[in-house]
Amino acid sequence: METINLSRRHFFKVAAAVAGSLTLGVYWTASHAETAPQKPAGPGEAGSPELKQGLADPQAFIRIDPDSTVHVIVKHMEMGQGSHTGIATLIADEMDADWAQIRAENSPADASRYGNMAFGGMQGTGGSTSMANSYLQMRQAGAAAKFMLVGAAATLWNLPANEITVKAGIVSHPSGKTAKFGELAEAAQKQPVPSIEQLKLKTPEQFIYIGKPALQRVDIMGKVNGTAQFTQDVQLPDMLTAVVAHAPLFGASLASVDDTAAKAIKGVKAVVSLPNAVAVLASDFWSAKQGRDALKITWDESKAYKANSADQLASYQKMAETAGKETTKIGNPAEALASAATLVKANYSFPYLAHAAMEPLNCVVHITDKGCELWYGAQLQTIDQAKVSELLKIEPAQVNIHTLYAGGSFGRRGNPMSDYVLEAVKIAKASNLSVPIKMVWTREDDMRAGHYRPMFFHSLQAGLDKDKQLIAWQQRLVGQSIMAGTPMAMMITDGYDPVSVEGAGEPYAIPNKLVELHTPEDIPVPVQWWRSVGHTHTAYATECFMDEMAKAAGKDPVEFRRGLLKDSPRHLAVLNLAAEKAGWGSELPKGKGRGIAVVESFNSYVAEVAEVTVKEDGSFTVDKVVLAVDCGLAVNPSMVEAQMVGGVGFALSAALGEKITLKNGQVEQSNFHDYTPLRIGQMPVVEVHIVPSQENPSGVGEPGVPPLAPAVANALFAATGKRRYELPLGTKA
Amino acid sequence: MKLMINGQERELDLAPDMPLLWALRDHAHLTGTKFGCGMAQCGACTVHIDGQAARACVTPVASVEGKAITTIEGASKDSKITQALQAAWLANNVPQCGYCQSGQIMSATALLTQKPQATDEEINSFMSGNICRCATYQSIKTAIKQAAASLA
Repeated sequence: METINLSRRHFFKVAAAVAGSLTLGVYWTASHAETAPQKPAGPGEAGSPELKQGLADPQAFIRIDPDSTVHVIVKHMEMGQGSHTGIATLIADEMDADWAQIRAENSPADASRYGNMAFGGMQGTGGSTSMANSYLQMRQAGAAAKFMLVGAAATLWNLPANEITVKAGIVSHPSGKTAKFGELAEAAQKQPVPSIEQLKLKTPEQFIYIGKPALQRVDIMGKVNGTAQFTQDVQLPDMLTAVVAHAPLFGASLASVDDTAAKAIKGVKAVVSLPNAVAVLASDFWSAKQGRDALKITWDESKAYKANSADQLASYQKMAETAGKETTKIGNPAEALASAATLVKANYSFPYLAHAAMEPLNCVVHITDKGCELWYGAQLQTIDQAKVSELLKIEPAQVNIHTLYAGGSFGRRGNPMSDYVLEAVKIAKASNLSVPIKMVWTREDDMRAGHYRPMFFHSLQAGLDKDKQLIAWQQRLVGQSIMAGTPMAMMITDGYDPVSVEGAGEPYAIPNKLVELHTPEDIPVPVQWWRSVGHTHTAYATECFMDEMAKAAGKDPVEFRRGLLKDSPRHLAVLNLAAEKAGWGSELPKGKGRGIAVVESFNSYVAEVAEVTVKEDGSFTVDKVVLAVDCGLAVNPSMVEAQMVGGVGFALSAALGEKITLKNGQVEQSNFHDYTPLRIGQMPVVEVHIVPSQENPSGVGEPGVPPLAPAVANALFAATGKRRYELPLGTKA
Repeated sequence: MKLMINGQERELDLAPDMPLLWALRDHAHLTGTKFGCGMAQCGACTVHIDGQAARACVTPVASVEGKAITTIEGASKDSKITQALQAAWLANNVPQCGYCQSGQIMSATALLTQKPQATDEEINSFMSGNICRCATYQSIKTAIKQAAASLA
């Protein structure tokens, strides 16, 4: 029998041989105090001589305390999306634990055990991959833990294992013997780790938590009483706070600084210069900020980017007049467009967007003689370890990351260049102080630091034949690459960044289709993934233009889409479900309109119907959004619903009022008065319908976002007859 | 400077113009009150001054000497309204990232103190100063109404 009794050297071989088996690992806390901390019983290590030597290396996903608390060690950071609860659900279910005994904690940074298979084994969270990556792995870990607990009970009681059952955290035998997990933990650690073949994972009918409604979030208590620990809340002995003056323009650098006034401020301990920033270190935030504001800095702007957004957009529009890099070609689009009985053209433009998570970016760093300790809402641990180790000329393993809750991210904390992490480490290094340093960006620093959702321009043409059939679609996109120049550049194959065009013109069956891309390379405004990445713009252009083509064909938007989705059953199912639940086709009073959009992203399928009211003064409200989602098996239906509702709110926020613009290179927005997130009164009623499914789980963090803006724009068209070609929509219909 | 925080007098060495937020976080080590914007735009720093909701990030400490300052830590212990709200928050799985939630609960506490049976419009109006980027607004509204019902 193939077992997983393999040494750690064989880890990746196992992963390659048995998908999902990479990280089965269970370790146990000794149940009496005199025992040294236990080495985890990872694959093949249970009962080995090393075990008793007591290395404390948490190579595992489950730890059981003597009081029966089950700690689930989660490799996917928690930024609100519910990863801790989701992963805990998988383990608790297969273990048959009681939900009340479950706690979740962040794993250490170590890709060899906590790699994300969707990221080629790098440790990181993003792309709505957590559940897809962990669904099988974590169920196996939970089942292995249960197997070993049952084995321990069988040995202790001298009874056959197959007569022993587990329910709600109690191991029992019909003879009346019972034990809690904590009572068996020490004996269980001496049990051999089972092979994958020995594990009998549950069938869906046996699930007790997976797919069941409303488990309480494992991270909730600290988040309602103020005790949850975010980076901002880290307090360490002798810690200093660093507040930073950044160069005001992208590409500008430091010429000189006069820090006399800053150093005179009480509490200021040091001023540190970097090539494009100056940091003031003080005993508290307020002193550091006062110091930062008192710096007299001269910037060298000779190489700075000094464009205006309107000019940049005009240059994109100009680029879109010529053919770009071909990314999709089906049939003969040029000929089909030339032969079309009806030809429709439209251009769409999208601004830069900031992530603007509630917790402004920050990072706590302590450089010691052993390496570098970091505390923050780490999202791409392996990349951050590599970048920091390179800077400090130490080994990646010496970069010890303590992953904390992130006060939102929406992609920003997973910076592929480790921008804010490296800035904190550079400050600490340059300060030459051997104390912990908490770098804190103000809201303005966060808003103006770049790494935006890229500005994009789309130019579309489509043609109908004389029978009103959609025969040709051409979509030309212009926008910066997110991947180019980053460690993710390996994903650029065929000469273009796939996330620039993901979703464009998809998935409709059109016999002649052409998608082309221009990627401007001379713009130093840093860009980054922003919740749902390329779909943030491709879904809008595609779904708005599809609506326009339906109108040109004289067909109902849902009916028109159905005709083009015959080979896309999962799209079709959510489209039909959302339409049905929203009462598509029923009469609406004057001034109201309904619009629909359907988008696949991150292997999940979402359709949304938005209902708007346009008032006499031209302003409008989004009253209701009916959403249908197929994300495979919904592990936590309440978490799925929360992500869908939150995705709608996040997308509506951007669609209504968010944009980052440059004037002479300067970012014009700075805080929430001029970069205006959605507020409670603007939140529509959101109704979520989950398609029942036994497919493997796919993402939910991002897929709620893309269909919202086009659904709203299409609803505005239904109400006013006016198409919207530019985001944000603003307050007027 | 002496500040009355959560019913306790605290002697703290503070510049008079320091915003209360930083006195609470960096000097009194009460970190439940969050920094979000620094200009009273987002509500993450909401506390109560003599029972009224206030944004600690723009409240100089000199202006609150001798006044009763309540943070999420104090309200969690002492306020029945806060506790009812927290129970409703738990029942509705309200938080996502959680960073704004202390401020949301402190604002909601002030709302239900003034208007124990707040209507949808009153909730929208009073809570409009509290941003949630995760957009948990729908469940915040549900939870406030549930808490109000449980207190009635």
